Amino acid sequence: MITINNIHKKFGNLEVLKGIDLNISQGEVVCVIGSSGSGKSTLLRCLNRLESVTSGTIYIDGKLAHDQTSKDIGMVFQRFNLFPHLTVLENIMLAPMVVKGQSKDRLKATAIQLLRKVGLEEKADAYPNQLSGGQQQRVAIARALAMAPKIMLFDEPTSSLDPELVGEVLEVMKALAEEGMTMLIATHEMTFAKEVSDRVIFLDGGVIVEDSTPEEIFENPKHERTKVFLNRMRKSG
Amino acid sequence: MDDPILRLVGILTDSFIPLLKAGLMFTVPLALISFALGLALAFLTALARISSSKALQSITRFYVWLIRGTPLLVQLFIIFYGLPAVGVTLNAFPSAVIGFTLNVGAYNSETIRAAIQSIDKGQWEASKALGLTRGKTLRHVVLPQALRVAIPPLSNSFIGLVKDTSLAAAITVTEMFQVAQQITARTYEPLLLYTEAAFIYLIFCSVLNYFQGRLEIYSSRHLTM
Repeated sequence: MITINNIHKKFGNLEVLKGIDLNISQGEVVCVIGSSGSGKSTLLRCLNRLESVTSGTIYIDGKLAHDQTSKDIGMVFQRFNLFPHLTVLENIMLAPMVVKGQSKDRLKATAIQLLRKVGLEEKADAYPNQLSGGQQQRVAIARALAMAPKIMLFDEPTSSLDPELVGEVLEVMKALAEEGMTMLIATHEMTFAKEVSDRVIFLDGGVIVEDSTPEEIFENPKHERTKVFLNRMRKSG
Repeated sequence: MDDPILRLVGILTDSFIPLLKAGLMFTVPLALISFALGLALAFLTALARISSSKALQSITRFYVWLIRGTPLLVQLFIIFYGLPAVGVTLNAFPSAVIGFTLNVGAYNSETIRAAIQSIDKGQWEASKALGLTRGKTLRHVVLPQALRVAIPPLSNSFIGLVKDTSLAAAITVTEMFQVAQQITARTYEPLLLYTEAAFIYLIFCSVLNYFQGRLEIYSSRHLTM
């Protein structure tokens, strides 16, 4: 589904990704862990072309990814980035309407279905600023799903949420994973990564240090750097 | 009419209708037309300023620099009295419209540019991730939000323009101030007439002020400040 060959990304003189190779198959749920600045976000952003790669290739579903953002990839951001001037329903309907030219009536049914899926049917006519962070992030997930993506990217989706709101977002993501969605998730939620993912990737200093099953990584990490990182996470978590 | 008070009251009432008429027939249309055209010009200029084209950026930067760096009154004189020398003869009213439009366009292009650039980068990224082009993002996501930011300074500029239209008197447009000057020339009561004209400008601007307040409330009804 996703094939990444030796991608490098430089911001000026700073090399954030130093040669990443990665394959993700259909239906796979992959969590990317690593400290801030390890390149997690940049990797995700390169995948849907919010950043262009300095070198290397990315194939999405067998097609070479060009500068145009792929419509097959949905993205959920750390800071939600909902459109504040539109209602929840309008947020979800905007892209399918404007990009795919779908009719408003048909879309409305789909949008309400998506809202039901994230448990926010009754908030259809609310505006983003009337919602809690957790609710906003669930709307953001529904908005991304409205474009019927084949792959969903999550860029630290719970990092800007109050602790008591993290659970509701993770629940929605878990349900999505169980439905068979291909997902790549940058996260600091170790328990969630252990529970939901098929594979966990530990990124450090712009390279993949370890790529293994969650059991292997969390119970029996191979590399010293992975051990140090996990210990630090356990202490702070 | 021997009583001086009665005489003044008579001048006041006799001049009120002509002044108001000049205001409604010239001042207000001059301001409205110039502002509408000027906003369109400002918007295009702002888009050119944030475009990736170096040529467009240079042209618009030159335009803004030129207009902002020279007095409006001098610009009006060049258009109305100066251009006939090179074969371009325009009536007073269109000359004034051109002068004011160029000014509104230059000043407000900066307002609109700043408003567009004040919108969070995350809005562009979310739109791009959803497959919206730059143009569609601008139209459906960024401009509706930028407009809210721009309303107070744009209203300010419109109110400024209503008062600046009095400069058109200098190029023979018979707007309100010009009429006040004409009546003063007949009655020798400058204090009375100019105060009266000022009062009518004040009424016009108060009405605009009221609408600005309403527009601000309307445009920010769903947004936290």
